[in-house]
Amino acid sequence: MSARAEASSRGFDWSRLSGPRAIAIAGIVLGALAFWLALPPLKSRTAFVPLLIGILAIAAGIWAATRGQRRLGWGAIVAGLVGIAGGVLATRSSAADLDIVVVWSALGAATLRYATPLTFAALGGLFAERSGVVNIGLEGMMLMGAFFGIWANAESGSWVVGILAAMAAGGLLALIHAFFSIHLRADQIVSGTAVNFLALGITGYLYIDLYGDQGTPSVSGIPDVRLSFLDDVYFLGPIFAQLNLMIWISFALLIATYVVMFKTKVGLRIRSVGEHPRAAETVGISVYRTRYAAVTVSGMLAALGGAYLSIGFVHAFGENMTAGKGFIGLAALIFGNWRPFGAFGAALLFGFSSALAQRLPDAYGTSSGTLFETLPYVLTLIAVAGVIGRSRPPAAVGRPYQKQ
Amino acid sequence: MSTPAGPALPPAEEGAAPTFAARLALYQRAGGIVTPILTAAFAFFVGGLVVLLTTGKNPLTTYEAIFDGTGLNWLFPWVSGQDRFLASLNLQQTLLLATPLMLTGLAVAFAFRCGMFNIGGQGQYIVGATFAVWVGSSFSELARPLHIALAVVAAAVAGAVWAGIAGLLKATVGAHEVITTIMLNWIAIWVGLYLFGLGGPLQSSTQESVPISNDVVAAAKLPVFWGDPLLQGLHIGLFFALGALVAYWVTLNRTTLGYEVRAVGFNPEAARYGGISVPRSYFLAMAISGLFAGLAGALDILGWQFRIGQADIQVSQIGFIGIAVALLGRNTAVGVFLSAILFGALLQGTSTRNLDPEIFRAELASNLTLIIQGLVVLFVGADVLILYLWQARRKLGLTRRKAATEA
Repeated sequence: MSARAEASSRGFDWSRLSGPRAIAIAGIVLGALAFWLALPPLKSRTAFVPLLIGILAIAAGIWAATRGQRRLGWGAIVAGLVGIAGGVLATRSSAADLDIVVVWSALGAATLRYATPLTFAALGGLFAERSGVVNIGLEGMMLMGAFFGIWANAESGSWVVGILAAMAAGGLLALIHAFFSIHLRADQIVSGTAVNFLALGITGYLYIDLYGDQGTPSVSGIPDVRLSFLDDVYFLGPIFAQLNLMIWISFALLIATYVVMFKTKVGLRIRSVGEHPRAAETVGISVYRTRYAAVTVSGMLAALGGAYLSIGFVHAFGENMTAGKGFIGLAALIFGNWRPFGAFGAALLFGFSSALAQRLPDAYGTSSGTLFETLPYVLTLIAVAGVIGRSRPPAAVGRPYQKQ
Repeated sequence: MSTPAGPALPPAEEGAAPTFAARLALYQRAGGIVTPILTAAFAFFVGGLVVLLTTGKNPLTTYEAIFDGTGLNWLFPWVSGQDRFLASLNLQQTLLLATPLMLTGLAVAFAFRCGMFNIGGQGQYIVGATFAVWVGSSFSELARPLHIALAVVAAAVAGAVWAGIAGLLKATVGAHEVITTIMLNWIAIWVGLYLFGLGGPLQSSTQESVPISNDVVAAAKLPVFWGDPLLQGLHIGLFFALGALVAYWVTLNRTTLGYEVRAVGFNPEAARYGGISVPRSYFLAMAISGLFAGLAGALDILGWQFRIGQADIQVSQIGFIGIAVALLGRNTAVGVFLSAILFGALLQGTSTRNLDPEIFRAELASNLTLIIQGLVVLFVGADVLILYLWQARRKLGLTRRKAATEA
């Protein structure tokens, strides 16, 4: 376990907020500010403003990066560069176009909608990988949740049953992955790939067999949570006043995951099995049982993400409807350095890029927004390449364990 | 992870499993050709159960109908007349689909022999196809063999570069190739959707409202050697793929590079100790893998698709099926050839054109193919299952013997 993980498991360390770290964070904020000033509602029309603030951000980043804060320092440098690029581009666009694309409250709400399935998948991945089992089957587990969620909802008429069925289906698929990768010590990547194929086949087969050409029956789905007291609050109102229940559940599960993983005995066990299984076993922790439980929970969480897609958001199922969201969830987990809030932050960032990609075509033609969709993958590639700090996976991840 | 790189290697943990390649070699010696056949048979058996349980139809007639659609009955001398003609048409399609599968299978297999798992075949295939369609639809004044060569080389090199990124990251900073190739897959997919989307740089100049590329010009199309070119006959790309299989075998077994790649695959530490540059092997193995996948994309574009659209990029699975092909073929040239034919036949036999809906719905059958694929990949890990049973038996034998001596 790294020193950082230890520090944070003891509680928040306020001294980290001073010195290079604070400057680096300020740099990141400045980078975002450089972009923001050129956007509605302020819409600064001169390129000078984002340029100046962006350069400040870069300077702060360099200062911090040379003083031991490599990860955050580089983050500030990148934020500054992006702020300058975005800001200058925005000053070149017409004000009317900007107003069409950048509606902050709509962007905020869309970001949450896109980020939620990623959050569920990333939290699922967190459990599996912290216990030492690579789970690239998240995509398939999500797909199982999406199909069985809507199937059970349609059969029973209750979305609660839908959610439970989704979790059961995702958990079951995860059990297959667990059995092969833990008990039989098969290669975890092979097993995960297989599980993805299986999910694609099973859900596609049942979908055609049960619903054929008519599509899934209409379901009431998971309800929205209405917070009418927020209606008139600036900015927050339009985003939070009416959100799907699953989005709030994802927030709750995020906090729960953090607490379980870093504040409880169970979490310590999971992490120790993922870092050094032999040591864990010598102190009496069952490696197999812990990994089985973690992988199963992983599948259930990913399936919740799928259920959100099918009965929380789209209210229908389509073949391969997850379309890579499980993999973006995995990317968010890696980009967030295998930590719950890191992964959530990454999911928000990736969700924002999707939301922006969705809105850009309104003003700038159909194809342009598509490139934004590559952002999660490019950023993750950069993160694992170690340009911005280094993403460090749990030490024993991917290695099958042989009981003695 | 399974094969950590370079000097930063943590001391090998006692009791930790050996590298994947080393285990694979063990199974290869232990299981031979029996386990892949058993695996496939088991997968088909489960597929048959699915048919029986969900639709109540006879799995045997379903499989028979699928088999007839593959055209493999052409090989039976007693099939004659109209049936034989139909079978030849179907067999052409089966081989047409098997051609890229052999190459994407090799793309996975070559990296495997170096101890890496290349999940990026799909992305490398798309990058190759993109370059093939770009070169193939421009330079309209070039002569035929030259144009084909240019497009094929561009695609293969593009695939190699795309995979080379993952190889380079693995070689220099030790970034795990599974993560990087997954990311590169999705970058390739989204960039492809951008390029061929409405208003995209490579979108058709004649059909402005269709998200599709320009057509490959006639001089860049691969000649058809069996069947009617207008009925999508079999193009000479098959020989490219067969050549690649031979090149794969020769490179691995008869060259220094292949020896080094295999040595790194068995045990990177020992290879490094023996003076082999492990990073160089990682990079080259990945780049060569990408070369195969990029070539697959070129052959599909220049051989029979002639254009690529957003929809093709979204539904294409050729690179992913390559994983199943390589695993079932145990990463050998002959094995990859045979399992590519098997999966090509499955794709063809379950296509909507072929399967009579009276017997079985093609949409169901194509999903059945996916289930069979999943089971095959899962139970190639059942090499592990077989080894497990074998070990259990041995353990049982040991205890029995011990009991006997004690008694």
